[in-house]
Amino acid sequence: MLKLGDVPEPELPAAGWVRVMPNVSGICGSDLAAISGHVSLYLDPLTSYPFVPGHEVVGALDDGTRVVIEPALGCIVRGIDPPCPRCAEGRPGLCYNVTEGPIEVGLQTGYCADTGGGWGEVLVAHPSQVHPVPETLSDEAAVLIEPLACCVHAALRGGATKDDIVVVSGAGTIGLLTVAAVKLFTPPKRLIAIAKHPTQADLARKLGADQVVKPADVFQRIRFATAARRLEGMNRPLLLGGADVTFECVGRADSLNDAVRFTREGGTVVAVGMPGEEKVDWAPIWQRELTVTGAYAYGAEPKRKGRKTFDLALEAAPEMHLEDLTGPLFGLGEYRDAIAYAMSAGRLGAVKVAFDLRRLRA
Amino acid sequence: MPRPGAVIEVDRNTPPVLFHFGEGVRLEKMPLGARIIYPPDPLEPIAHPERAIKRAIAKPLEDDPLKSLLRRGMKLTIAFDDLSLPLPPMAAPDVRQLVMEEVIDMAAEAGIDDLHIIAALGLHRRMTEDELRHIVGERIFATFHPDRLYQHDGEDPDNNVYVGKTAQGEEVTLNRRAAESDLVIYVNLTLVPMDGGHKSMSTGLASFRSIRAHHNAKTLLASRSYMNPPDSALHHSCIRQGQLIEDTVRVFHIETTVNNHAFPAVANFMQKRETDWTAQDQAMFLATKQMTDIMPPAFKRNVFHALRSPYGMTAVHAGQVDAVHDKTLEAVRKQINVQVEGQTDIVTLGVPYLGPYNINAPMNPILVVCMGLGYLFNFYRNKPVLRKGGVLILTHPCRYEFDAVQHPSYIDYYDEVLADTKDPIEIEEKYEVRFAEDPWFRQLYRKSHAYHGIHPHYAWIWAAHAMEHAGDIIFVGADRDVVHRLGFKCATTLEDAFEMAEQTVGRYPSVTHLRTPPIMLCDVE
Repeated sequence: MLKLGDVPEPELPAAGWVRVMPNVSGICGSDLAAISGHVSLYLDPLTSYPFVPGHEVVGALDDGTRVVIEPALGCIVRGIDPPCPRCAEGRPGLCYNVTEGPIEVGLQTGYCADTGGGWGEVLVAHPSQVHPVPETLSDEAAVLIEPLACCVHAALRGGATKDDIVVVSGAGTIGLLTVAAVKLFTPPKRLIAIAKHPTQADLARKLGADQVVKPADVFQRIRFATAARRLEGMNRPLLLGGADVTFECVGRADSLNDAVRFTREGGTVVAVGMPGEEKVDWAPIWQRELTVTGAYAYGAEPKRKGRKTFDLALEAAPEMHLEDLTGPLFGLGEYRDAIAYAMSAGRLGAVKVAFDLRRLRA
Repeated sequence: MPRPGAVIEVDRNTPPVLFHFGEGVRLEKMPLGARIIYPPDPLEPIAHPERAIKRAIAKPLEDDPLKSLLRRGMKLTIAFDDLSLPLPPMAAPDVRQLVMEEVIDMAAEAGIDDLHIIAALGLHRRMTEDELRHIVGERIFATFHPDRLYQHDGEDPDNNVYVGKTAQGEEVTLNRRAAESDLVIYVNLTLVPMDGGHKSMSTGLASFRSIRAHHNAKTLLASRSYMNPPDSALHHSCIRQGQLIEDTVRVFHIETTVNNHAFPAVANFMQKRETDWTAQDQAMFLATKQMTDIMPPAFKRNVFHALRSPYGMTAVHAGQVDAVHDKTLEAVRKQINVQVEGQTDIVTLGVPYLGPYNINAPMNPILVVCMGLGYLFNFYRNKPVLRKGGVLILTHPCRYEFDAVQHPSYIDYYDEVLADTKDPIEIEEKYEVRFAEDPWFRQLYRKSHAYHGIHPHYAWIWAAHAMEHAGDIIFVGADRDVVHRLGFKCATTLEDAFEMAEQTVGRYPSVTHLRTPPIMLCDVE
């Protein structure tokens, strides 16, 4: 249940933690899934209640420094030393100590009872979680650093080469930012985006897609682009051949089932969009020997000499005009309208619907 | 005595004129002073086609009697035109069947065992068994299919041979069986002057490598028109290739022509001038209009594609290809020529439901262009009926509708190529090889019933001359998105189209309506 109300300000859990006053806080697909009850129950024991949502945050420290939050609550944030093997690798999103330390269980800020979240006036963060925002980046652009970092991580996980034909399925925030990240970090031979709505299609082109196709035309277009062969199945077609790497940014059964049928034999499907409990036919994954890999969160990127994903995202962002993707902004008091808008963002021509908390402080 | 074609000037007593509108019909009132060009009435057919065929092959033109060319132990191949002609398909028996039965009987008398029959479909789609049976008849089909009656496969690496290059550098390939035969007898049906002659072998039994020599934008733009072989670079190229083929293999041509009795009795009103319509014709028109206005496209298509035309054979000639073809063209022109004085600012025409490449399939937008701006526009000699910079107005619903079996590469051509550019030469540079060599298109052409991957490009460039010639092209009653994708303008009514056209050609333009089909060739003075 989602409720607007006054709650005590989160306490600083340990020495060194800082207070962050959110300026703009995004409404993520995962937030909408949680609110609408479509979220996977797998995540329930990894969450502590009640919590203040909001993990896409640009805010200000007490000294006025503008920062974005890296929400993963891994070993370093929890003060656990030595860290777990995954955190030691620089992958805090895969931390198995998410139940330990001075804060309650939670994978991320915004899903933990002790940290607060971006949809509140104050949250608390470990110093390792805060990244200063350059002057040139507006709050509207900076609020997309967290999802952009997810997408940069996904692009590097996908590891497309210059000879590959890449498909990005979905053109919401994650899909569009994945298009941008793939184009920038692993530019392929051809980048095809699947977009449902006209605004999404335009943005996908602006962010670097060579071609944008409608969901209904996916098999026709990808077949032609890859010179594959198309067979008509009882329920949906399949390609012999197909895309080398597919980034699945929708997380729904239809899209997942298409992805495993239009990705070539031996190809890679990267699950970027948060999926729920979806019915997916595993036969293509088995028969085509697909590599299906998740891409969750961020950390340190081995393919970029261990540099932090957030730093890569912050470096890349100024050229991307991310502010074009943000809006409309709502006050917290308009949260019902905001969430309703976000639920239909694509249809309404929006990408990142967010809360503007600057007004509260003003 | 059949009437010749006519040019009628519209006055106050002229009834509304028929416009084909895909799988539908419309009656439109033409402006006063406009011209309506009607095709000639069907010529009287030959009373005894079998006798005429016997006579033709017994006394061929510039060649020995066929009987003298046949001998025991020889390798004999009969090749014949595919179902793209005539349109609509001919009511049984097809004249090709009559000719082939005669030839086969003669070959049997000569004791020839090694006889193959090949449908010379070039890069067209493979016919279904029923379609094949319809052309050759049950007797031939049952005796020869599938081992000795089959369809040419222009992508079969083992069964196409490289013949050589013409003096102009045009590569020539030929079906291996034909190339290795002692004699090839080509059985042709010529409906329009574009067909027949050397073009039969050099496209029908060839591969992409060979066909691309003349099926390209540059050649088509230099063919004015390809319905008049002397002025057609397409035909000059085919002739050069055909001569090389004749140096390789002994060829005996048998060409037939039919009259333009294109519509059966139920659609008699399409055949006749409106002033000649009887009460029954008017009733049939109304019934057809009512039916086509309310029925879904698939239903209408089934009704229309079931039509079989009562064509009658008007000529049959046999012998050396050039000698035969000259006579054939003479016979064709006798049937379809109409003398027309001068060009006009605006030409209107209705695009019917059927063209050579959509038998038993919807006419997709690229084929609408091919039919309207390709074939129908190019039915002229000397000069187009439309003046340079004039406006061409066509009626067709032009829906986004494709047959995935017959036209898979058309979908990609429409969605990808035409979204990029409409320019035939640019398209050719960027996309020709990609479409021609796409392995899936290749497989569908070889194993299914799909046109070759490159075929949509040929359909598009067939209209290149019209697109270059016309100042504007307006579709009436068509799907706007589709027409804009094709690069043309759209009008709701014919009146609106005339108003739009005036912005290009000025006020009080001269207008000509081509009342076709049936087919006619405008000899423009």
